[in-house]
Formats: sequence, structure tokens, C-alpha cells
Amino acid sequence: MNIPKKWVGRGVALVTGGSAIATVVLVLVVIGIIVHGGAGHLSKEFILGSPEQGMTEGGIFPAIMGTFFLVMLMSLAGVPIGTITAIFLNEYVGQQSKIGRAIRFAVNTLAGIPAIVFGLFGLGFFINFVGGGADRVLYGGALHWAQPNILWASLTMALLTLPVVIVSVEEAIKTVPRDLREGSLALGATRLETIWKVVLPQSMTGILTGAILAISRGAGEVAPILFTGAAYFLPNLPDGLTDQFMELGYHIYIMSTQSVDVEATKPIQFATTLVLLILTFTLNFAAIFLRWHLRRRALR
Amino acid sequence: MNESTKILTRDLNLHYGEKHALRHIDLEIQRNHVTALIGPSGCGKSTFLRCLNRMNDLIESAKVTGTVEVDGTNIYAKDIDPVLLRRKVGMIFQKSNPFPKSIFENVAYGPRVHGIKDKKRLEEIVEKSLRGAALWEEVKDDLAKSGLALSGGQQQRLCIARAIAVDPEVLLMDEPASALDPIATAKIEELIWQLKESFTIVIVTHSMHQASRVSDTTAFFYMGEMVEVGPTQKIFTSPAQKRTEDYITGRFG
Amino acid sequence: MKKRIRLGEFLIEKGIATVAFGSLGAIVLIFLFVFREAVPIFTMDARALSGGHESISSSGTTDSAKATGESESYGDPVGESESYGDPEPVGAAESYGEPEIVGAAESYGDSTAADSSAKDTSIATSGGMLGKPPPPSESTVSEEGGSILSQILSGNWQPVGDHPKFGILPLLAGSLKVALIAILIAAPVGIFAALFTSTFAPRWAKEAMKPIIEIMAGFPSVVIGFFALTILASLVQTVFGLDYRLNALVGGIAMSMAVIPLIYTISEDALSAVPKHFTEGSLALGAPLWETNLRVVLPAAIPGIFAGVLLGLGRAIGETMIVLMATGNAALLSPSFVEPVRTVSASIGAEMAEVVFGDPHYVMLFVLGSILFCISFALNAVAEIFIRQRLMAKFGGAS
Repeated sequence: MNIPKKWVGRGVALVTGGSAIATVVLVLVVIGIIVHGGAGHLSKEFILGSPEQGMTEGGIFPAIMGTFFLVMLMSLAGVPIGTITAIFLNEYVGQQSKIGRAIRFAVNTLAGIPAIVFGLFGLGFFINFVGGGADRVLYGGALHWAQPNILWASLTMALLTLPVVIVSVEEAIKTVPRDLREGSLALGATRLETIWKVVLPQSMTGILTGAILAISRGAGEVAPILFTGAAYFLPNLPDGLTDQFMELGYHIYIMSTQSVDVEATKPIQFATTLVLLILTFTLNFAAIFLRWHLRRRALR
Repeated sequence: MNESTKILTRDLNLHYGEKHALRHIDLEIQRNHVTALIGPSGCGKSTFLRCLNRMNDLIESAKVTGTVEVDGTNIYAKDIDPVLLRRKVGMIFQKSNPFPKSIFENVAYGPRVHGIKDKKRLEEIVEKSLRGAALWEEVKDDLAKSGLALSGGQQQRLCIARAIAVDPEVLLMDEPASALDPIATAKIEELIWQLKESFTIVIVTHSMHQASRVSDTTAFFYMGEMVEVGPTQKIFTSPAQKRTEDYITGRFG
Repeated sequence: MKKRIRLGEFLIEKGIATVAFGSLGAIVLIFLFVFREAVPIFTMDARALSGGHESISSSGTTDSAKATGESESYGDPVGESESYGDPEPVGAAESYGEPEIVGAAESYGDSTAADSSAKDTSIATSGGMLGKPPPPSESTVSEEGGSILSQILSGNWQPVGDHPKFGILPLLAGSLKVALIAILIAAPVGIFAALFTSTFAPRWAKEAMKPIIEIMAGFPSVVIGFFALTILASLVQTVFGLDYRLNALVGGIAMSMAVIPLIYTISEDALSAVPKHFTEGSLALGAPLWETNLRVVLPAAIPGIFAGVLLGLGRAIGETMIVLMATGNAALLSPSFVEPVRTVSASIGAEMAEVVFGDPHYVMLFVLGSILFCISFALNAVAEIFIRQRLMAKFGGAS
């Protein structure tokens, strides 16, 4: 070791600092390229119009609305379930209990399962098993529920985003001081009354944060809906749970890999990507803001 | 046990996992008396207090043996509902903990939980309770204000109002004035004297002066045991036990 | 004070418990249903897999052709994908029908043409779906008698055609290649960046950098895939002078963009959780800051960082959209890192929408899904049980 220590120190600072700066630059460059490529094509017509001429022209309104319906149905299913699970984990079982640890492990595992496997599950469970069963019972075997549709896609996505909701709500529930729970219990309120009147109102921000993060995640995932409900092109918006739907992320995938003329539709692709980015970033920033708000309360 | 006994514990033991936190406590608490529990921190006095309304049920690792009788009924018997017990035995905490709701809602919380929906009834109860806690005059004009906007002493009195709104028979106070300034403390102590008329009060305190000022009976706890109990006057002037004397004269603690 | 029965409350509390157990149930259900659809692989005749049954493959083809006709959603792209043979040479490189790189050349081209998913362009100008010639290749015949296991572990993935072959080795190799490249890039970058922002960086730099790197975690994978497909691929091709525009390297680099924020966040957490008195002790002995950081802070955070790398690996293996868009999707078994690859996840994503319910191809895709499930479950379990507990023991729950 003849290299002076001072130089090693500088080298270390350089490598680590370089990594951090390179990552930051990469993020900014990617955002820059997408904004540069897509901003010119953004217009009211693009947002509010339908694809035309075999998707080489026109807008992405059906995809935006499809995404909207998807995440709304997803939230309706996922947020209550996630909230209830978080309440159970924090209010009914202790940190050390076997049941709590088993459920926590399940939630963590759920978070680690690849999105595409959720898609397979949606196909195997919702479409083939539940849908197929419903068709056999209700429609005498005629194809009705046993095919990809927005309901199955939303439920699949709800399962995928469940850990996100649970983690945020838990975080919020933990900031509700123990004193308040004890105060309520000491007044002769039951555990459920305490949860309903004290814990839940205090956790609303966290539940909202969880919902927003889940929506942001759900709006960005494509793999689970590839074969559970997303459609390449539909002339109409979905008007029932058994309809398929267009979706922003899926639209980007299709346009950039299977469009009739990939080069000519580049502006549409970039603009659609930009819209998706704006959507997810707005949601993420909203969640960050709410979290910051929550942390500030927790510190007080 | 005679007519004047409100609470009686017999061979009360509490374990936190391996730790034996309360050892064989036998204590008689008199009706409409103020009983003070004193002792160095960690001696088990707060733990004991929380046994009296089964708040320790909430701590998973805590195991209680022995009996606690309130009006002759063992509250650790299988068929006792801790929720109903806590309506009878109220509690004030060390750190004032008003709900992040309005003053009115704070006091009305208990009655509402117990099924009183009539607005008029609630208003009566809120006024009566706030008067009882000597807070009415200070807040009667802004009952809609958040409970958290009050000063520390007022918050603690709000918690007392909240506790008496459910019409309990016993009030357990866990160092109710430890976080307050001397003026607010004096107000609380004065209030305790008044409350004695209608409630049986058990107060845990760190301050021997407070114990001597407000209580009729004093029990000295040390290392999970109850060393001595007697009339406050006697405990502070001629304690029977050496350890009590050492503590009172400030040799440890 | 006698116990009062509160029926409503009792029922609600039971309901809450039931819902919470649902998440436990969800894992079991996912396991059951993904594996359930994969089970026929064990009962299936090896000959069925190797394509001995003409009926299955031909009906499969017609069915998907029919589906193409009927469904407005999927129909168009498939029909039109033939015409999307990119005029430019770059586009041709994306194709996986290149004879010189394929081992079993004839049959490979065949499967490409028949692969109704045809996500990838330039399929045989000659035929498309209907006009394909069905030459039974020798390798198929020789494999027909083999066991299921040897079928699955063979080197050919040609799921559609008269003699479908379901050798998953090329897919596993593809997934591994992409994941390896991604981890080799993301682990050092993520860990170094975390070390920088948690220890060296001045406060202002940390506050500016951390949120920006975390923004990266918010990039939808389809956006990264799109970026890789349209920008990164051409860049990499020009810089390295590669034959193929879309390949394992591009997929790996793109994948690292999804993995860096994950490794960064977990490493940063682990590094920040190292108690202050660790560093103060070292600094007090006169060790410079960088030495303290490398010799004291970094080793103390190693378990957490390792967990982050494992989770990153899981993400890289399971992620679908990025590889689907950026790797070229040719199921080649070759040692090269700059040739197109088809990963396990991309195969499921590209082919599942086109298969016929219950046929061997469908079953095989669920087998692939089961493999992904097992890998991610194992990685998660190791990261979770082993690493986190060690962290807890070390810092007394500070993590």
C-alpha cells in the first residue's frame, strides 16, 4: 500500500459521489427525453380524442378513461381490504404473535411476487375458476364471465397493490398515540369503538396516502392486465364489468412494438408515455406530501 | 371487609413475562377517600393502579393472579366484562390525552359510547362534567374549540371532565400533575379534594408533598412490593418500616 | 359488570380477522391456482409435449387464428404485425428469425412464423401465419421418446407449430443473463449512491439527491421499457457496434434502472440505521471519515444491503414489460450477452394471450409462472427471515 491515504479517500468519495450523481443525471435525462419527445404532441385533442386511422393518429382518451376505471375499481376492492388488514395487524395482534408475523410475512411475500405471476393468477383464478364457475352456474356454460374483462383486471391489480395499502395504513396507525387508545378504553369504550372513533379518524391521511400510492402503482403496471382485460383498441369506453378496456401503459407497449408504423407514431408514443409519467408523478408527489404531513404530526 | 371498603386486593401478583412486577399485594381502599400510592419509579405503583381497571389486559405479556374486588366482586373473574368495569372505574393519565376533537366532543365521547344520543342530555352532561372538573367557566364560550388548543393544566382538567362524564364510582389518577406547572398543579389538587365527595380516588404520585397534601391514606411501594400502608399523617410522621422512612426522608428515590 | 354479549361487534371483529387472514389466503391461493394450471405437466404424456399429437398443435393454430379474426382487440396487431417488417436494417436485427444464429434453423423459423403472438416484427415476409411450411425437424423426432423432464430441460423453446417444443433452458438462460447484467450494474451503483447520500454527502446534496433517485422508483416499467426500446437500444448499438439492436445487454441496462432505486432505498435505510456511536468511536480514534464509512458503517449495514440486492435480483428476474420490450425476445441458447434473449417472464407476457385454454403450451406457461413464483418466494424468504432477523439482533430492532 504505497498509495497515499489521502488519494484513496478522494477516490472513494469520487466513486460514491459519481454513482449518486450519475443516477440523478440518468433520472433527469430520461424525464428530459420523454418530455422533449412528447410535449410537442400534447394537446386538448390528444387527451380528449380517440385513436384514428388504425391508431396512427388521434388521441388517447379511451386509454385514459380505461386506466381511470381500472384504478377506481381496484381501489374500491383493495383499499378497504388493505385498511382492515392493517387494523387487524396493529390493533388485534401484537408484534410478536405468530399470527401477526405470518400475515406480515404473507404481505411481504405478496409484495415480492412478480407482476406477471399476478396476471397468471388472475387468469387461472378469476377468469377460469370464478368466471368459469359463474358461467356454468348462471349462464349454462355460455361465455360471459370467463373471459378477460375490467373487473378481473381490477381485482388482479387490487391484489398486486394490497401490500402498498397495508404498509401505508400501518404506518399511519402507528402514529396514533397509545395514550389516545387508552384514554378511550378507560372511558369504557370497546376495542372496536376505539378503532372506529379514535384510530380510524386519525389514520385517514395514511389511508389516503396508501390509496394514492396504490393507484400510482396500478396505473403503471401492465404485466398483470396483459391477459386479464386490457384491449388493443376499442371503439367505445367500457360500459359494464364484463367489458375489456384500453389502458395507458398497455397502449404504450402496443404502440411501440406492434403499431402499423412504429416510426410514424413516435410522437403519439412519446406523448402517451409523458401522460403516464405525469399521472404517476403527480400521484407520487401527492403521496409524498401527505406523508410529510403525517410525519410532522407524528413528531409533534 | 366492612361497609367502607371500596376496593380490596388479595395476594395480587403481576408478571411481565419473566419479570415479577407486583408481589403479593393486599390493599384495602376506602370509599370516598383519597388513597395515594408513592414510591420510587419502577416500584410498581402505576402497574398496580392499572390492575384496578384491568388496563393491563392490553399488555400481552402481563399475567395477573390473585383477586381484586370492587364492591365485593372479583373483577378478574371469568364472567366480568372489562369494558363495563372501566365505566365504573375511570382513569386519568400521566400525560393529558384529549382526543383531537372539540372540547364538547371530548367530554361527550364517553356518554355517546354508552348510547346517549339525545343532544340535550349530552349538553347537560357536558356542562355538569366540566363544572365538576372546574373547567366550565374557562371554556363555556368555546366548546367547539379543539381540546388540543387548551393549556396543559386545562387539558388535564378536560380529561378529568371526560372521565367523570361517564359517571364512574372510582377515579384512578396516574401522576395527573407531573407534567404541570405549580399553579396548574395546585388547581388539580384542589379539584381532587372536591372530587372526593362523590368519588373514591386512587392517585399515584411522585411527589411526597402532593401525597401529604391530598390523600387520606398513603401506601408505599418498593420493588414490586407494598411495604407499608396507613393514614397519610402517620406514614409521613412515624413510618413503621425503615425503608419507608428512608424514602420519605429522601435517602433514595 | 357481568359480561355483555355484543353480537354485532363480535361479528365485525371476526370479519376483520377473516379479511386479514385473506392476505395469507391470497398467497396460498396464488400458489394453488398458478400451480394448479401447471400440474397437468406431470400427467401429460411426453409425446404430447414433444408435438407427437398433430391435433393439438394444429387446432392450436387454427384457434388462435380464429381468435385473431374474432377479437377486435387482439386481432389487429397480429394480422398487421406481418406488415410491420421494419424497412430499416435495424429492424431486421430485432427479428429472431435469423438463420445463422439459430441452432435448429428450419424449425426455428417455422415456430417464429407460427407464433401468433409475434410480438417482434419481421416475421418471415414469406408466410405469416397461414402459409407456413411444416417440416418436421430431426431433433423433434429424436426427442419424442424422452421423459417430460428431458423435454423441459431441452434447449428449444418453440411453443407453436406442428411440433412444439417446450425446452425452458433458453428462457432460464435469458432471464439469468438479463438479471445478471442488471445486478452487476445496479448493485454497485445503488450501494455507492446510498453510501454517498447517507454518509459523505453534505446535507443539501442529500436532500436534493435522495428524492430524485426515489422518483426513479416511480417510473412505470413500461416507461423504462419504452425508453430502452426507442432510445437506449440505438445508443447501445452505436456505442458497442452490435449486430442486434435489441439484446440481453440493452434489457439488462434497462432493467438496472428499475433495480437501482430498490437497492438504493434499502441500502440507504440500512446505512442510516447504523448507530451513531459506531462512527463516533472510530472518528474519535482519528480515522478519516471515508475510512470510518468503509470500515465501520458499510460492514455494519452489509446484511441490509445484501437483502436489498436479493430483492433487486428477484425484481430483475420477475419484471416483464422491460424485457418484453427491450430484449428482442428470441429464445436462443447462446453464451453471448449481445444477442437477443427471451426471458421466462417475457414468454408468459407475450404468449399467454394467444394460447388455447388447457393445451400444452398453456400448461407450460403456467409452469414458467410457477418457477417465477418459487424463485421470488425463495429470494424473499431469504431476504426476510435470515437477513432482517440478523439486522434486528445486531441493532436491537433499530432497523
